[in-house]
Amino acid sequence: KQLMAMEITQFLLAAQSADARVRTEAEGSLKQFQEQNLPQFLLSLSFELANNEKPSESRRLAGILLKNSLDAKDSGRKELLVKQWCAIDLALKSQIKELLLRTIGSSVPEARHTSAQVIAKVASIEVPQKQWPELVGSLLSNMTQPESPAHLKQSTLETLGYVCEEISHHDLVQDEVNSVLTAVVQGMNQAANNAEVRLAATKALLNALDFSQTNFENEMERSYIMKMVCETACAKEAVIRQAAFECLVSIASTYYEVLEQYMQTLFELTAKAVKEDEESVALQAVEFWSTICDEEIDRQEYDSPDTGDSSPPHSGFIEKALPHLVPMLLETLEKQEEDQDHEDDVWNISMAGGTCLGLVARTVGDGIVPLVMPFVEVNIRKPNWRSREAATYAFGSILEGPTIDKLAPMVAAGLEFLLTATKDENNHVRDTTAWTLSRIFEFLHTPDSGFSVISPQNLPRIVGVLLESMKDVPNVAEKVCGAIYNLAQGYEDAGASSSLLSPYLTEIIQHLLAAAERTDGPESKLRSASYETLNEVVRCSNLLEASGIIGQLLPVIMVKLGQTMDLQVVSTEDREKQAELQASLCGVLQVIIQKLSSKDETKPIIMQNADQIMMLFLRVFGCHSSSVHEEAMLAIGALAYATGAEFAKYMPELFKYLQTGLQNFEEYQVCSITVGVIGDICRALDDKILPFCDQIMSLLIQNLQSDALHRSVKPPIFSCFGDIALAIGGHFERYVATALQIMQGAAQVCAQMDTLDEELMDYGNQLRRSIFEAYSGILQGFKDAKAELMVPYAQHLLQFVELVSKDSLRDESVTKAAVAAMGDLADVVGEKIKPLFSNFTFCGEFLSECLDSEDEDLKDTARWTQGMIARLMVT
Amino acid sequence: MAPHDLRRPFKRRPISDQQKRRELSLLRQSQHRSDAQQRARNLASSVISLQSPSSPDVDPETLPEPMPDLATTGHESEASNFDIRQASSLRGPEARKWFASQLMLPEWMIDVPENLSRDWYVLARPAGKRCFVVSADGTTVSRLRNGSVLHHFPSALPGGARKKGVSGPAQSYSILDCIFHEADQTYYVIDMVCWRGYSLYECTAEFRFFWLQSKLDETGACDPPSFYHKFRFSVVPFYNCDQSGLHSAYTGSLPYLKDGLLFYNKHAHYHTGNTPLVLIWKDERCSQYVIDTDNNGQVPNQQHIVLELQDDGKIVTSDDPAVVVNCLNADFIKQSGLSPGSLVRFAIGDGGLNCVDGKFEKADLQYISVSNRARAFADSYSKIMFQYMARHSPLKAEDLASVISQENQQDKLPEVEMSD
Repeated sequence: KQLMAMEITQFLLAAQSADARVRTEAEGSLKQFQEQNLPQFLLSLSFELANNEKPSESRRLAGILLKNSLDAKDSGRKELLVKQWCAIDLALKSQIKELLLRTIGSSVPEARHTSAQVIAKVASIEVPQKQWPELVGSLLSNMTQPESPAHLKQSTLETLGYVCEEISHHDLVQDEVNSVLTAVVQGMNQAANNAEVRLAATKALLNALDFSQTNFENEMERSYIMKMVCETACAKEAVIRQAAFECLVSIASTYYEVLEQYMQTLFELTAKAVKEDEESVALQAVEFWSTICDEEIDRQEYDSPDTGDSSPPHSGFIEKALPHLVPMLLETLEKQEEDQDHEDDVWNISMAGGTCLGLVARTVGDGIVPLVMPFVEVNIRKPNWRSREAATYAFGSILEGPTIDKLAPMVAAGLEFLLTATKDENNHVRDTTAWTLSRIFEFLHTPDSGFSVISPQNLPRIVGVLLESMKDVPNVAEKVCGAIYNLAQGYEDAGASSSLLSPYLTEIIQHLLAAAERTDGPESKLRSASYETLNEVVRCSNLLEASGIIGQLLPVIMVKLGQTMDLQVVSTEDREKQAELQASLCGVLQVIIQKLSSKDETKPIIMQNADQIMMLFLRVFGCHSSSVHEEAMLAIGALAYATGAEFAKYMPELFKYLQTGLQNFEEYQVCSITVGVIGDICRALDDKILPFCDQIMSLLIQNLQSDALHRSVKPPIFSCFGDIALAIGGHFERYVATALQIMQGAAQVCAQMDTLDEELMDYGNQLRRSIFEAYSGILQGFKDAKAELMVPYAQHLLQFVELVSKDSLRDESVTKAAVAAMGDLADVVGEKIKPLFSNFTFCGEFLSECLDSEDEDLKDTARWTQGMIARLMVT
Repeated sequence: MAPHDLRRPFKRRPISDQQKRRELSLLRQSQHRSDAQQRARNLASSVISLQSPSSPDVDPETLPEPMPDLATTGHESEASNFDIRQASSLRGPEARKWFASQLMLPEWMIDVPENLSRDWYVLARPAGKRCFVVSADGTTVSRLRNGSVLHHFPSALPGGARKKGVSGPAQSYSILDCIFHEADQTYYVIDMVCWRGYSLYECTAEFRFFWLQSKLDETGACDPPSFYHKFRFSVVPFYNCDQSGLHSAYTGSLPYLKDGLLFYNKHAHYHTGNTPLVLIWKDERCSQYVIDTDNNGQVPNQQHIVLELQDDGKIVTSDDPAVVVNCLNADFIKQSGLSPGSLVRFAIGDGGLNCVDGKFEKADLQYISVSNRARAFADSYSKIMFQYMARHSPLKAEDLASVISQENQQDKLPEVEMSD
């Protein structure tokens, strides 16, 4: 064993050698060791990590290899690792855990740190299974032993923090939670501990907060924790203060309800931090208020007026703090950095303050206006650019939240000033001005609901200014794109107003195309923004007036897409750039195809170009061997809808890419989009899809059975069953047994879902709707020929409908799909299942509920179903 | 511990355009899925009237007890009217199938029916596009036999324009069987299927024509075009098919270009699809299009016909039941890449056609190609035979006239005998 440990040191060092050959060889040996004898391998690594005489490089790698043997990002791999660990001999595992716990007492900080992380990984496997009951006790004794050195306490707290992060509070009993919390909070005690220990304790508390529900319900315990956190927020060391404020941010969202009694103190603490502390701390202090806003906005949105509940939705902390909060935030606005608009990863106090101001406006509405406008008026003309930018940003921030009545006069009065300010000498001011204009168009330009600050009189000036500013530096041009995006969006479906932008479309499109071609910006942000804006302009245009212009745009974009195939691609980076540009252009094509095919008059433009468009998409696919290009796939769906049955001729070429797309589990969006496109193609081709169905169905079924595929793709697959069945009719017979078996299985899963988990319920609703859609498609497809095939499944379907009908939380769309499937069953299978309908007495009640619905669609469907069942009963 | 990420979106839209496109695509797909399924349901509901406002409100508590009042067959015709209105929103192949099956389609006259002069009307068919005109909910839509929209326009038909006071109740809708005559931009009405929500499917042609004559004019639909009335409608003059009626239809001067004569049996209901109770006949004098032309407008040397290939290799006409013309061998089908359901174009060779009792004894067919997709159907037996006769021994106008005069004599003969 000693020898082994000796050898592994050399391998671990060699595996980090600069010499590639040596490195590769050592990596091979380590891998071989791991594969041949995993338990000994892990034990050797643990010895290495625990041994203070070993070089730090080999200990570091030993720790990394241990972690990687216990955890992986990929869920399939993770599962395998967990199985392997569980299979290892208990005694050997105890030895490893013993070594790890010993290592957190090491004098070498790095080894302690690594060991803390590995312990948390082991805990994530063993604590939920109650396999490591002594862990918490063992860690806590490190804290209570009087002779424990500070560095052991520090590592122990760090370990506790990591462990809390890895496990759920259900995995510990309340006594353990209490002890952990006590140990952590005592570790924060300034008098008793050094800075390292206090920092580790504060960070551990952040992870332990989720565990502390019970403790926060108890006022005494809660107040003690709050007192310690607030004291720590005043610590001498900035990193500790920062950690304490992070705890306050987390408390603000987790324990909003019990904060009332601490708000005065918290306001004072945060105000002080924002005013005078280091930026890293001040940012957390602002984040505290942003989080309070998030909570109150959330509660306001959930508070539906018809519940009859007259109590306010939240404690109104923002409202109460408003007179002090707003000046505090306004003060941050003038602390801009010179180049914050050029960098993506900048986050500073003025950005945080401005963002928080916007959230405050959304929380309190009109109340913020009188507090902000004087600041705007005083500063917006000052010679110092910081003042002008801050004033403009403040103005832009409060445009969402207050009522249109309150904002409209101010915006009307300020619009001309802002248009002029697009020529300000300062880049930041122009950037923020353009952003503010885009906010104005977003919130105060809704002609379809009867209000817009834009009139036929000022529109020419506005468009002129925006197009001129498109030529400004890239960061400003990008914001102008946003303004045009919102300007165009306002005119979507706006009745007579929708024509107002038509005269400018040609020029707008030209400018956007020119901006997309610019190479002076960082990366491709301006290009993406230009194309996205182009999409919105096309999408929102008045088709009858714009069809000519869009018809001219089509070949331009096609040429551009064609040119991307000729780009020189040497590196991976080149490949990514090409893919990104192709994504933008395929996006534009998708929008054009959808727009032009939405009316019979303009559809021929797409039909005439369909062959070339399809060829381009196939070439895009050809550029990327590893996956299918998501945007091209999305656009193909639109093309299939536009071309209808003509699409059949593309299938031989396209089919392999559809297969690849269906097998792309990793980028599950691609898989999901491919499933949707297959639905589009089914509707376009009808039974001409038949030759491809065996392969499609087999892939879809594999996908449904796989745990590796993201669950969000599964409902679309069921819907796709329905699409296929409706397209191929009686030919679906060969799949019916398998498909129905999986549908019944999935229905079972729905029945057992945890109804408290909101996200899961959302998924459950999607899943149930899609299963009903599959039933409907299959039933309708069998109507003329194979109706009897569905007789054996009728009972199950009705049971499923019954189950769903008894679920009061079901979504309206689920109800509709269920009622429709029931009607389809009556219509298609008919006579043979008449007795079944007599037995299912829930039908009448369920239909009656649907007939009382406000939703006309649902009522129609229910009436239809009622008729189908009634017809069945009388014949 | 992952550091808490503080950054929030700054001067950014929260949703990316790509995400928006994805969501719009999903929305579109789900809309189309529900449309497709809804469509199937509408077509399915053709036996009972579900949407009719008079449909009694069923107490759902009593389901699944029998509901005799809902499913009475008396609603049948009303239901099919409703479907046509609904079907106006159909697209693509469904629409084609649907509209093709909703129009009453004449057979070609290959022999003269009995009692022509007593039981039949004759009218000169205007040259142009056959279409259904549906007016409802303040607008009028005309759709060709293939389902595609010809015009979408305001008209003086009941409910045909968004104009108050004229159109009658909102629920009312009308369906006319028309031919659109390009030269004078007029819809010539050849039949009336539904009027102000009242179904004429189950009425005799005699009644429908009478109704058409008396009702259309009173709406102002026959007036010249105006803002709320984009196209003029006009009733095609029809005659009893006696000597003078036939003569008027055949030689009379009319405001439109003729394309053959249509014969309507007076007792026939409006029957969707092909019917032997409406007949079309043409010759060079009353039609420019007697013998079929190819894509270039030329009359080919040989007669071309389009037939449908069945599962068993038989090639058949569009009739119901289909008439078998010939049979293709499996190798040939494979080589030519044909599949069941394919529409296949043939030329008739020198061997010609030979028929006995409506069945083909012999057919000398030469394979040309798969027919283009614009076609929804194979040729009918009567069309093939009419075209064949037109090339070899046409049924002439004189033949029609002589049949009528014989019928007249037969009618008189008994009297003569009695008086003897």
